[in-house]
Amino acid sequence: MTDPIQCPVLIPGTPLLEVKAIRQGYAGQEVVKGLSFNLAQGSIGCLLGPSGCGKTTVLRGIAGFEPVAGGEIVLNGQPVSRPGFMAPPERRRVGMVFQDYALFPHLSVGDNVAFGLQGWGRAERKLRVAELLEVVGLPDSGKRYPHELSGGQQQRVALARALAPCPMLLLLDEPFSSLDVELRERLGLEVRDILKQQNTTALLVTHDQHEAFAIADEIGVMDQGVLQQWDSAYNLYHRPANRFVADFIGDGVLVPGTVREDGRVETELGVLSGEIPVECKAGCPVDVLLRPDDVVHDDASPMQAEIAHKAFRGADILYTLRLPSGRRILSLVPSHHNHAYGELIGIRLAVDHVVAFRRDKARE
Amino acid sequence: MKFLSILLAFAGLAAASASAAEVVVYSARNEQLIKPLFDAYTKETGVKVTFITDKEGALLQRLKAEGQNTPADMLITVDAGNLWEAAREGLLKPVKSKMLAANVPAHLRDPGDRWFGLSVRARTIFYNTQKVKPADLSTYEDLGSAKWKGRLCLRTSKKVYNQSLVAMMIAEHGEAKTEQVVKSWVANLATDPFPDDTKMLEAVAAGQCDVGIANTYYFGRLMEKKPGLPLAVFWPNQKGSGVHVNVSGAGLTKYAKHEKDALALLEWLSSPKAQNLFADVNLEYPVNPAVKSDPTVAAWGTFKQNVVNVSKAGELQAAAVRLMDRAGYK
Amino acid sequence: MKEKPVSAGDDALPSSFIPHPSSLLFDGWRLAAVAIALLIVVPLTVVLSSLLSPEREEWGHLLEYVLPGLLANTFRLALGVGLGVTLLGVSLAWLTAACDFPGRRFFSWALLLPLAVPAYVTAFVYVALLDFTGPVQTWLREVAGGPVAVPPIRSAGGVIGVMSLALYPYVYLLARNAFLTQGCRALEAAQSLGYGRVAGFFKVALPMARPWIMGGLMLALMETLADFGTVAVFNYDTFTTAIYKTWFGLFSLQGASQLASVLILLVFALIAAEQLSRRRLRYTQAGRHSRADRIVLSGTAGWLSAAYAALVLAVGFVLPVWQLGVWTAQVAAQDFDARYLDFLWHSLLLGGLAAAITAAAALVLAYARRQRRDAFTQIATRVATLGYAVPGPVLAVGIVIPLAWFDRQLAFLAKDWLGMETGLLLQGTLLAMLPAYLTRFLAVGYNPVDSAMQRITRSVDEAARTFGVSGLAMLRRVHLPMLRGGLLSAAALVFVDVMKEMPITLMTRPFGWDTLAVRIFEMTSEGEWERAALPAVALVLAGLLPIALLVRQSERA
Repeated sequence: MTDPIQCPVLIPGTPLLEVKAIRQGYAGQEVVKGLSFNLAQGSIGCLLGPSGCGKTTVLRGIAGFEPVAGGEIVLNGQPVSRPGFMAPPERRRVGMVFQDYALFPHLSVGDNVAFGLQGWGRAERKLRVAELLEVVGLPDSGKRYPHELSGGQQQRVALARALAPCPMLLLLDEPFSSLDVELRERLGLEVRDILKQQNTTALLVTHDQHEAFAIADEIGVMDQGVLQQWDSAYNLYHRPANRFVADFIGDGVLVPGTVREDGRVETELGVLSGEIPVECKAGCPVDVLLRPDDVVHDDASPMQAEIAHKAFRGADILYTLRLPSGRRILSLVPSHHNHAYGELIGIRLAVDHVVAFRRDKARE
Repeated sequence: MKFLSILLAFAGLAAASASAAEVVVYSARNEQLIKPLFDAYTKETGVKVTFITDKEGALLQRLKAEGQNTPADMLITVDAGNLWEAAREGLLKPVKSKMLAANVPAHLRDPGDRWFGLSVRARTIFYNTQKVKPADLSTYEDLGSAKWKGRLCLRTSKKVYNQSLVAMMIAEHGEAKTEQVVKSWVANLATDPFPDDTKMLEAVAAGQCDVGIANTYYFGRLMEKKPGLPLAVFWPNQKGSGVHVNVSGAGLTKYAKHEKDALALLEWLSSPKAQNLFADVNLEYPVNPAVKSDPTVAAWGTFKQNVVNVSKAGELQAAAVRLMDRAGYK
Repeated sequence: MKEKPVSAGDDALPSSFIPHPSSLLFDGWRLAAVAIALLIVVPLTVVLSSLLSPEREEWGHLLEYVLPGLLANTFRLALGVGLGVTLLGVSLAWLTAACDFPGRRFFSWALLLPLAVPAYVTAFVYVALLDFTGPVQTWLREVAGGPVAVPPIRSAGGVIGVMSLALYPYVYLLARNAFLTQGCRALEAAQSLGYGRVAGFFKVALPMARPWIMGGLMLALMETLADFGTVAVFNYDTFTTAIYKTWFGLFSLQGASQLASVLILLVFALIAAEQLSRRRLRYTQAGRHSRADRIVLSGTAGWLSAAYAALVLAVGFVLPVWQLGVWTAQVAAQDFDARYLDFLWHSLLLGGLAAAITAAAALVLAYARRQRRDAFTQIATRVATLGYAVPGPVLAVGIVIPLAWFDRQLAFLAKDWLGMETGLLLQGTLLAMLPAYLTRFLAVGYNPVDSAMQRITRSVDEAARTFGVSGLAMLRRVHLPMLRGGLLSAAALVFVDVMKEMPITLMTRPFGWDTLAVRIFEMTSEGEWERAALPAVALVLAGLLPIALLVRQSERA
């Protein structure tokens, strides 16, 4: 076995991609409204959001398929998109994995992977194709044709093809959306390993948070053309910047409460402490985010709630509980605590960090 | 060789190789009717004849577009009308030739000597011998009388032969009377006009109708193939103006590069030895009165022909077309 | 460890801005599209320019006595042929593409065969067979012992029938391609939503194939409107009849061009309306029928389908060719000679060269249209396909006039600069002939290429671009191989059409360069139709070659 071909290494940690307040739109309608983020060399970023939020437009802007109407996109220190200017995609050294894979039906798998390797020597090209097919777990499929492969296999070929010419940045547009759920999660982890192994900087676009969590180091949540929060998965879940992120990421409910003189929050489930919106003074009405794992099952607890719904999840059961007030909350309980519908169980809160949003402002 | 010919065709050298002894002809008379003549001429004189065939209208436009660059020295058509039009457009050149004047009767050539008839095409009446007695027939005009109601077949008015026939009638009778005649023909039609003379003659023979008007050589050709058909020739208007004749003829182009050679060819075509070849190959009548017809043609008998100059056919063609439109003759 | 190969360096990013191609004033693709369009616009302009000085006298006469009847005739013909080719083409395409029945493989290629027979030849054969004097009616009269009432073949019904049989392959070919690539998925979806198979066909399969069906229908209609030869055999007067009458009868090319201009504008409006009606729709579909996907018609349904296909094939091809064969046998001894090898060779060569050039031009146009979505390029590509709607001889004149002008300028130049007498350099050479064919047949080549192009998804282009492959390289490496089928269809259709073409061939061919079609003209110009059977049979045989190629391709892909 010969040594693998090494892609050129850029200085790790420096910002490879800088997106500076870009605006994009079609026919007078603004789809992306002043979006900014940076992606460091070697890290995997993700734009997450519901469909129609503008994330794909941003991706295509970075690839060079769509112009920007405002702001600037900088790749490795070079501006590539500005209003009125657009470096063509073929000059950007950006690889892309398409939602429909866009494999070339007339070329074999090997030729698909070799497609971007113009100007490489014959031997090197052969080596690189073999290497990448090995990496994506299809070492013997070089002679087959795309339509002879399963969806997951086509996906891997598309990835191998995009990685082959050593792109500076790899873009993935909803890469797993046409695969079944089980394959999606497994491939997600696999792809992350491959990207890390190849030391590739990548940006993913998806509407599926599990996909995002499985692959990305940093995730940006987008809504209506605006970046709501750019952060780690942990922070998005535990420290959502606003009500939209809180709602979009993970399960949970918002429970109304009131800020007390001491800065803690009083709710029907008890008094909680944590970060309070700065502008909130005493008496200010807020909504407190309660994740299912914040509500712990405790038979000894005086606080009782009725089981309204249950979803068995293997190790855990996700209960929907009805409080005496009629309000519903979620609770994640180890699955050996199996209770029937209508049963009353004891619960207590285990919140070490309260997230609260001011209510009147958020009620749009 | 093949490859060479393609190269030549690409480079245009095939056309441009203007050797001294050559005549270039644009011909609306089709290949099988003229090539034997040209071959004979080349054999006799050594002069090469290059030709291209097309429809009259297309050839005229081509000559016009090419202007003084045209390679063509001679234009051949199968009717007088288009020769007249070519002359009117200034595409033909007058020539002075005693030989042509002697060989071609005055009414079969241009009064301005720009073109000359080379064979005579008689357009006459044919009848079904089982259903019609020749005594019942008299003139073209009479085919419109009531006794032929539902018994007449005609070829389409779009063919130039019929346009010439009607044009010559206008020359004789004027528009008003001619229009009445054509209208009466249309009223007597047994079926829609036919696309060609042969089809129409077959219809007369098969009894779909009893009489029709056609050129004699179509009749000759048909009878050669199916000798038993109940069809016969009738020569109309013998007491009046005579049988309608047209010509297949030729003229020199205005910008002929080989004027002398072309004139020599034209004269040769009117000479006795060429005349038989020219006419007989298609069972037409020689234009040169000194030359005898083919025996087949001669067997149809002699007739008096209309001696009004055939250039009238061109002059009045547009009027004839409009008249036939008005009369509803399709 | 190996060093990285060429070009994959840190400096691979452009050090300065490359403006996006669409912002360039000088733009190769748009320029290429415009250049091709210009080639076609010039003769069209020659024809259209006649409108500037209307021939009042001719128009008055035509409007009063000629046009009202002819317009009604033309409308009836276009409607009838449109209906006929759509019914025949779509039904046969569906049967051979989506269903399975006895003999399907044979019929799927054999049904293209009528394309090889010129429509005017089919017309003549049917008039000869079915008219009063033909064998059928003669036999009937003998049996009945007197006159029999038979609907006349020389009628609107007769022309419509013959032209539908001759032209349905355009619709068949394109619709079949669409049905083949459409896949069964959509139809299954319709069935799952409670539509029966028949309803599903009308609700889903048919609308999805619409652009291709319309493409074929447009070709058939344009050919119908521009036709003179076929309708002349029936003496059925159409709008083109008025054009010819004005030119050859009234000696007014000016008036004829004006009439032809009206026809061009009419067809342009037709095309524009059709485009507009499906502007909002996007058609891209992948997937193919596998054998298992076919709807199997067994028992009576299967045999009925086979009988239907056999009937169309028999009437549209076998019978006319058989009759031609009979005639040929009568005249071959007299007419056949070594020159037929030359005629055949010239026909094949012209057809082949024209097919290659036209397919290439169609590819450039379709690609330009894909790459540049600006209105200018879009219109240029539309205009470039109008030549097919102009009656051949009128277009031939439109071509010869500018050609001769160009030649004159060349001759002046040669004289001034080189002191040479050159005569005509282009006129009467293949250099003039091939662009002339391109002008006429680009529509025929463009439709299959463009519809194949539309089926390639955008992301395929984008994928290629991310690998630094764009422009010509993308065309060569990505589109060309994927367009093989469309290009081959285009080339085969043009090949066959060029071999059948008469007016342009007659007017622009080099001296001595006679083809089989020219031979047919020589024979028919003096009404010797039976003798034209020999070149016609040769033409049909030569036409089988490209059709066989086409069939092999569509079966394999």
